[in-house]
Amino acid sequence: MAGARELPPDQVLVQRLRDGDEETFALVLNAWSGSMLRLAMSFVSTKASAEEAVQDTWLAVIRGISDFEGRSTLKTWVYRILVNTAKARGTKESRTVPFASLLPEEEGPTVDASRFRAPGEEYAGHWAVGQEPRPWHIPEDHVLRGEVREVITEAIDELPPRLRTVITLRDVAGYGSEEVCSLLEISPGNQRVLLHRARALLRRKLEEYLSGTHHVAGGRGRA
Amino acid sequence: MNCDEFVELVTTFLDGSMHEPTELRCLVHLTECDGCETYLDQFRQTIAILDALPGQSLPTEARDQLLGAFRALRRD
Repeated sequence: MAGARELPPDQVLVQRLRDGDEETFALVLNAWSGSMLRLAMSFVSTKASAEEAVQDTWLAVIRGISDFEGRSTLKTWVYRILVNTAKARGTKESRTVPFASLLPEEEGPTVDASRFRAPGEEYAGHWAVGQEPRPWHIPEDHVLRGEVREVITEAIDELPPRLRTVITLRDVAGYGSEEVCSLLEISPGNQRVLLHRARALLRRKLEEYLSGTHHVAGGRGRA
Repeated sequence: MNCDEFVELVTTFLDGSMHEPTELRCLVHLTECDGCETYLDQFRQTIAILDALPGQSLPTEARDQLLGAFRALRRD
């Protein structure tokens, strides 16, 4: 995420936070709160509750920074506090996201079987005629790019919570696979299955949207 | 390799964590299949859009409260 790259190295950050440097605190607060909110939303039921989880996390960070031992990066430490805080809230709101094993609906093909040639046909398992993905064109225009973002943000919100959690951490917050597995206590294999399904669903949403834009642009008349 | 197999391997392929024989089969398939090449490219683009998403932000009051809490605690 933009901004995160400009943060000073961990050692410097931690020292400045311990010294009570307010500017540094504001810097990390601004850099991380956005993706923290998104992440918290995966565990709790309302935006307000997510905001409180993020606030509680920062309060815990302020109180605990002197005990931070640097065994993980500062960011991972902060996010781990957030995950625990948000999970505890989610349990109270009976909205838990257990990751121990995959649900039946999380396994199986991520692309509709009807898009491929049926077994027994020639070239079975290859794209059926007219069903292969067609190159899409993402408009350079800022307004439309904004629309693309809206479509994808909405699509993220509609994902089942576990898929949303994994893709938020991996692709929005930019975490590596190992970090996500340790944050969520999930096996690398299951993490990959959830991530892949989430990406496939979002790609499909974009495909729907981008192949529909011609109709929207050309036929915005009244029905 | 069939297309319905390739589309399920894209994330592993992009992670670079694929066993060499499977990776090779993917690469060969990609040279022969425009549909899967497009699918892979669209996966990459989807990830790029996610990476560029602007963050949400905390409400100003919440941010001010936290800055206040930081200031108060450090003064003790």
